[in-house]
Amino acid sequence: MGRRERLAQTQSGAGGMQSLPALLHRNVTQFGDAPAYREKEFGIWQCWSWAETAKEIRAIALGFLEIGVEKGDHIAVIGRNRPAHYWSMVAAQMVGAIPVPLYQDAVAEEMTYVMEHCGAKYVVCGDQEQVDKVIEIQEKVHQIKHILYTDKRGMRKYDHSQMNALEDIMAEGSAGHARFDAELDKRIAEITYDDTCVMLYTSGTTGKPKGVVLSNRNVIESAKNSADFDHLTRNEDILSYLPMAWVGDFIFSIGQAYWCGFCVNCPESADTMMTDLREIGPTYFFAPPRVFETQLTNVMIRMEDAGKLKQRMFHHFMAHAKKVGGLLLDGKPVGFGDKLKYALGNLLVYGPLKDTLGYGRFRVGYTAGEAIGPEIFDFYRSLGINLKQLYGQTEATVFITVQPDGEVRADTVGVPAPDVELKIDDSGEIHYRSPGVFVEYYNNPDSTASTKDAEGWVATGDAGFIEESSGHLRIIDRAKDVGKMADGSMFAPKYVENKLKFYPDILEVVLFGNGKDRCVAFINIDLTAVGNWAERNNVAYASYQELAGHPRVLETIRGHVEAVNKSVAADEMLSGCQVHRFVVLHKELDADDGEMTRTRKVRRGFVEEKFHDIIAALYDGSGQVSTTTEVTYEDGRKGSISATLEIVDAPVVPVVQHKVAAE
Amino acid sequence: MLDNSEGYVAEDGRKIGGVVMEMKNITLRFGGVVAIKDISFDIREGEIRAIIGPNGAGKSSMLNVISGFYVPQEGEVWFHGSKRPPMRPFEVAQQGIARTFQNIALFEGMSVLDNVMTGRLGFMKTNILQQALWKGKAEAEETENREAVEKIIDFLEIQHIRKTPVSRLPYGLKKRVELARALAAEPKLLLLDEPMAGMNVEEKEDMSRFILDVNDEFGTTIALIEHDMGVVMDLSDRVVVMDYGKKIGDGTPDEVRNNQEVIDAYLGVSHD
Repeated sequence: MGRRERLAQTQSGAGGMQSLPALLHRNVTQFGDAPAYREKEFGIWQCWSWAETAKEIRAIALGFLEIGVEKGDHIAVIGRNRPAHYWSMVAAQMVGAIPVPLYQDAVAEEMTYVMEHCGAKYVVCGDQEQVDKVIEIQEKVHQIKHILYTDKRGMRKYDHSQMNALEDIMAEGSAGHARFDAELDKRIAEITYDDTCVMLYTSGTTGKPKGVVLSNRNVIESAKNSADFDHLTRNEDILSYLPMAWVGDFIFSIGQAYWCGFCVNCPESADTMMTDLREIGPTYFFAPPRVFETQLTNVMIRMEDAGKLKQRMFHHFMAHAKKVGGLLLDGKPVGFGDKLKYALGNLLVYGPLKDTLGYGRFRVGYTAGEAIGPEIFDFYRSLGINLKQLYGQTEATVFITVQPDGEVRADTVGVPAPDVELKIDDSGEIHYRSPGVFVEYYNNPDSTASTKDAEGWVATGDAGFIEESSGHLRIIDRAKDVGKMADGSMFAPKYVENKLKFYPDILEVVLFGNGKDRCVAFINIDLTAVGNWAERNNVAYASYQELAGHPRVLETIRGHVEAVNKSVAADEMLSGCQVHRFVVLHKELDADDGEMTRTRKVRRGFVEEKFHDIIAALYDGSGQVSTTTEVTYEDGRKGSISATLEIVDAPVVPVVQHKVAAE
Repeated sequence: MLDNSEGYVAEDGRKIGGVVMEMKNITLRFGGVVAIKDISFDIREGEIRAIIGPNGAGKSSMLNVISGFYVPQEGEVWFHGSKRPPMRPFEVAQQGIARTFQNIALFEGMSVLDNVMTGRLGFMKTNILQQALWKGKAEAEETENREAVEKIIDFLEIQHIRKTPVSRLPYGLKKRVELARALAAEPKLLLLDEPMAGMNVEEKEDMSRFILDVNDEFGTTIALIEHDMGVVMDLSDRVVVMDYGKKIGDGTPDEVRNNQEVIDAYLGVSHD
């Protein structure tokens, strides 16, 4: 650790790089002409160098002073990934305020709590939709002094007494710079390493969201350590498309981007992400497993539409890649003939495929948030894409464990990240301590105390163990989700759910069985994959609901469940978790209905309560269940859908010795 | 009849200007069928003017008269203060009138971008040879027009389908592409023929928002036909109601809603 600190000092130079504005200044001085941001607008990638970026950010900061932002004020930022929104956050830090990025797809009701809790006086909105939400929130929350917006469209008719376009306050601030320059420079100079850098709300699978306060130290140390770990340089290109409110985006698109000085590319709109990905070809990439799953599903669907020759070539070389691709990537020895064939495959299949996916320049990338299916993971790695896994939390400023190059596996999450200490307590819960450990939960000393102890150890709430042979961490499940079955054997729902979710047909699974004698499951089909299958097999359907209830779909899913039961039965510890009965739900679990968090994690307790009638039917042996479910539309209105669901019995492997194993 | 210079203030505070187009005693016949019978109304600058009525009321015929596609047997069409002679469709386009169609009329095999670019034809001065060689003037001209088109693509949020052939798009998006093409012509008067037909609630809401935004952002005068009453009442400043080729109501949405004749036409009337 001592060596690392010295390194940091030499890198940061005199005065120290103790804040993002300081890093910005360094980047401008050292490589001001290098690209810092790109955004596709009007069909063209617009580019800002570090020097131009610094000017924009300073203008926003001056604008903030013009409208009266004080030190310590909170500035909420609600919008999609756009340079102006990232700049607003850095500008907020310049004036001593605290940026609070929020999930833009949250409905007004959800946002009200967070707004009230952080007491934001200023809000930067992406567009009219967000402004409308904030205006709705203002009926209940009265501290908001000023609303700013980036997109002027449709905004002309609004009452502008407490509202402005961001570019207008930038112009005003710049015009009045003589009045504000001294004040701004003073505030920048006052920023310390332990001042708050950002406040991020954790979506929380239970209870109200909590505001995680991260200091400049947390963010910069984490960015520095992780950048060293993967040898990131200022030549990287990243695509910023994940929610700005999520800690990962803050670290990649701001922390690491400022520390390394690399370029942040913003997509044209959420819908163009895949096209933009291909055009940018990021060298460093981050995505939740879902993105990789979707891409793989699309590749497979399109291959089925391809000509015979192409199909044969694809399958032939993919089989070869599966054999040696991963080994090559890990630098393991591979025979000369195999190497040659892989090179040919690269020319004919892997290279073009990677280009199509947008991974032509992929140097290193991560997936996290959820477990990724081993087959999906291996597919990408076998193509020579250095995809790795990490395990992290908002409270840790992302990094807890990461997989080093050459030690990448689908079933572990890697070794402790630099400067991270790890311990597993008696109950199996993972604890860590690191420079990234958060300062506190905002205005919530009780939660802070119950999560972080006096010595700085943080409880993750996840159960796991360190594999002795490799030193890698393996996650079992959320500690609170791990339970016991009626017979005392272990109930770890995630383990079974993930196995099922690895089938492209299955989007989401919720397993129940804590305290019961057997397990039952809710299943969501993946509309893309199953819809394509239906088209191919002439299965007609009019709606999601109809497709989900189609007998042939149920039959396919039953096959998947049977296969998973077999593999679960093979695990001594968890053989009791086989799915006895399941139901394919008539609607997708959705964050708008509160069934999932904004980062798409299932809220188990909520789902259990909401669909209690279906669960009851799963346990009482009935063959069907009629239910009415409330749904929330995108505009916040509510409606309801009724359905009669078939309950399917799945074959299970009898387990005779599992009681013994449990004791 | 209102004076030309006179305007009014719309419900939301927008200022509506003088008369842009005036229909005077229009009668349109197809053989023995009278599609439109002696109808007069005007369209004012900056307003959203709706023409509604039950099926077969003559709404589309009326729109076709406005667009110059049909020439009425009787009556006069006044546009910007002068009487409009019978003209061919491209001459109408040159006058600054653009439209969308009830049954989408896009080039199915072409990409969204190319379809919208066709809306710019009126602004292109280079000839086919210059365009084929794509040097100098033709190139500059395309760049200039592409920029205008990209702004519309951004405005209507169809970036993700820019390069997609129209035939692969769902119905709701095709409607939006048609609106984009009409907007590309930078019309002074935009005619929309059932812009919400066949759409679900969410698509209708999106389309309504776009129509309001077009009117607000570009100040475009809009005349639209629609039979979804709810949408019409929310969107428009003034409404003409037609039934069996006759005008049975004309006024603000509130006035029209309380008009007994309109209520009868929509809900039917008992014959006892």
